[in-house]
Amino acid sequence: MRENLHRFFRAARGAGVHVSPAESIDAMRAVAQVGLTDRAILRDALLLTLAKSQDEKLALGDCFDLFFSQPEPRQDQPEANDNDEASQGSDQSPSSGSNSEAGGGQPQEGLGPLAQMLLSQDRSAIQAAIASASGAASLSDIRYSTQRGIFSSRILDAMGLQRLRDDLDELTGTNPALAERLRAALDALREAVRDTVSQGLALYAREEAENLRNDILRNAPLARIERRQVAEMRALIRQIARRLRERYSKPRKRQRRGHLDVRRTLRRNAAWGGVPFLTAWKRKHRDRPKIVALCDVSGSVAQVSDFFLLLIHSLHEVVDDVRSFAFSSHLIEVSDILEKKSPEEAMAEIMSKVGFGSSDYGSSLVDFEKDFMSALTPQTTVIVLGDARSNNLDPRADILRRVSERSKRLVWLNPEGRLAWGFGDSEMPRYATFCSVVRQCATAQQLERAVSDIVATYQ
Amino acid sequence: MADQKASTAIEAVESGLAAQGYIASRQIATAVYLSQQIEKPILVEGPAGVGKTELAKAIAAWRGKKMIRLQCYEGLDEAKALYEWKYAKQLLYTQILKDKLGEVLGGAQTLHAALDQLHDFGDVFFSKEFVEPRPLLQALEQPGGCVLLIDEIDKSDAEFESLLLEILSDFQVTIPELGTVSAITPPTVILTSNSERDLGDALKRRCLHLHIGFPEQRLEERIVESRVPGISQTLRRQMVGFIHEIRSLDLKKLPSVSETIDWARVLVLLQASELDTEIVKDTLNVLLKYEADIEAAAPQVTTFIAKAARSNVFG
Repeated sequence: MRENLHRFFRAARGAGVHVSPAESIDAMRAVAQVGLTDRAILRDALLLTLAKSQDEKLALGDCFDLFFSQPEPRQDQPEANDNDEASQGSDQSPSSGSNSEAGGGQPQEGLGPLAQMLLSQDRSAIQAAIASASGAASLSDIRYSTQRGIFSSRILDAMGLQRLRDDLDELTGTNPALAERLRAALDALREAVRDTVSQGLALYAREEAENLRNDILRNAPLARIERRQVAEMRALIRQIARRLRERYSKPRKRQRRGHLDVRRTLRRNAAWGGVPFLTAWKRKHRDRPKIVALCDVSGSVAQVSDFFLLLIHSLHEVVDDVRSFAFSSHLIEVSDILEKKSPEEAMAEIMSKVGFGSSDYGSSLVDFEKDFMSALTPQTTVIVLGDARSNNLDPRADILRRVSERSKRLVWLNPEGRLAWGFGDSEMPRYATFCSVVRQCATAQQLERAVSDIVATYQ
Repeated sequence: MADQKASTAIEAVESGLAAQGYIASRQIATAVYLSQQIEKPILVEGPAGVGKTELAKAIAAWRGKKMIRLQCYEGLDEAKALYEWKYAKQLLYTQILKDKLGEVLGGAQTLHAALDQLHDFGDVFFSKEFVEPRPLLQALEQPGGCVLLIDEIDKSDAEFESLLLEILSDFQVTIPELGTVSAITPPTVILTSNSERDLGDALKRRCLHLHIGFPEQRLEERIVESRVPGISQTLRRQMVGFIHEIRSLDLKKLPSVSETIDWARVLVLLQASELDTEIVKDTLNVLLKYEADIEAAAPQVTTFIAKAARSNVFG
């Protein structure tokens, strides 16, 4: 059972539950206390000791159910056939029925163990054999779906397929009816093994597959993502947000040196007649990031803006204050929409208000200066996300200069590659002179790095 | 054999808590049983008002142990949670020492001899007498053990979590001047959290993690039955059914078990025999704590009552 539990821990890790050695020891101790007979209690005990959040509990619960539902060797069908045959046989000639039974009994002595097991229809024995064979073939090392074939054949080999084949060859000559039965049973066995391997894949390979997929997704250009991947990408962005929150939400250790804060030291030590037992040091005041984001939502950039806004607005713990604006031909504030609605609804509403136009950076900047210039303080980081393609209209770079002067930093994120900047109607070089940083931002990875750098400047 | 023992023991926990008026689900009972068996704290998470704090109280009452409660808040530090030096008493002590110094050092001729004598004198300045124990230290010092409730741990600062780690894993604290104080009897530790912020992995690793959600209809009926004895069965079924309907709405704050109990009490006070639109609309403010929520729920009241009544017939 210890072996089984270890395999379960591996499966749990595959399901995305962090199981540390200490936790697995706790789980072992808990299981030793509650025993194995009552599956509901066992499930509760494992959920209590291993899963440390509601999401993990759900994942682990599913994993538990999958793990302990052993695929049954499917023998129902062949069995039914057998019965049919047997009943038919008995209908037609009782003697042939008894004959086959007798034939089933005698030649078995010369057969290999697997063949005997299959013929005796002993399900639990077959199941146990599959389980031990999958242990021998180290099924828990399976990583990719393409390995299913090789693991199936390994398991079958471990069960003694070779011997079974020899038996089959032999039987075909001597006892065709029994050979037929054995062949059907072998097919059923193959199916059962295939199920076992699929289950193993679902249990043990999930982590690897997910890592691989996420890796590909992180480096895929956001603007050209397929519709079916959008949900996955959102999940990935949420993961990124969580990572950034963890990294930046806790204030780092305050330095306990530097200038002595005389006033606070005296006050703190008043109880001892002003003898400075305890010292107080001046602290550097650190403000949390204030962000104003201007996002282009015209055609090609819209998708990137969507993910960017999702990321920025899921950083509540890290970022003090975010105001977001969306523009294509004109500019509106979208902070409220993003705060109140689900990401999908919010984006749909934003797109219906300002999306799908041809972008006009000049007039959008005019809109911003007219209504929202007061949102900028010397602590604000302004992030502009767009391709700076203004359809040959006046770029109004002078407004961007004033924005830059009023704010702490002005960061421009451009989904286009550096090579394309300045070609065609791209105004990037003209805008770039007023920006603190200009960087390419086309993939989730670049997005994470850009946002992480912005937040880090406040630390 | 051991398995049989476990399931009966868990049932015993269940009935023991029930005797204190706390109707526990199987999962809660398992958690309480396990925490006792493998000596681990329980971290209880869940929405406000589902009985996280009540659980600790019920355990304390059931086992007949003292409950020590530490309410966490932003800025809570070790001086308020663990121990503090009694400064005033220490000051007095130095005053007394000053007066007696002549007697103590009377015989010494040189400064060196005086220092030697002073070292022999023994240092009580930092000793047990001058320590003011706060809840965490108090919990360790209870000879018969106790139930230590660390309430709303998510409200405290991240640094405070690290302070708890030693006490959670080894049931001991280290006071630099005195050494390590170990628990006489390991206390039963219950931590509660409303998930306002994510707790650190180090803290979570040391605890059994129990999530208490809204209870199932049957369980909630039993809870109401034990808490509000005067309520009739029909009304109880109807009102619990109604609350389950309300919870399916998208509200700012869903009514939880404590609201259910409050509402049951109100209905009993108003001597209602069954739910009707009038009485529900009048008492909706007991269930829902935001004006916007009440407005959102009000139009649905009639349908919900009908549904609750229907399920009553079949259930």
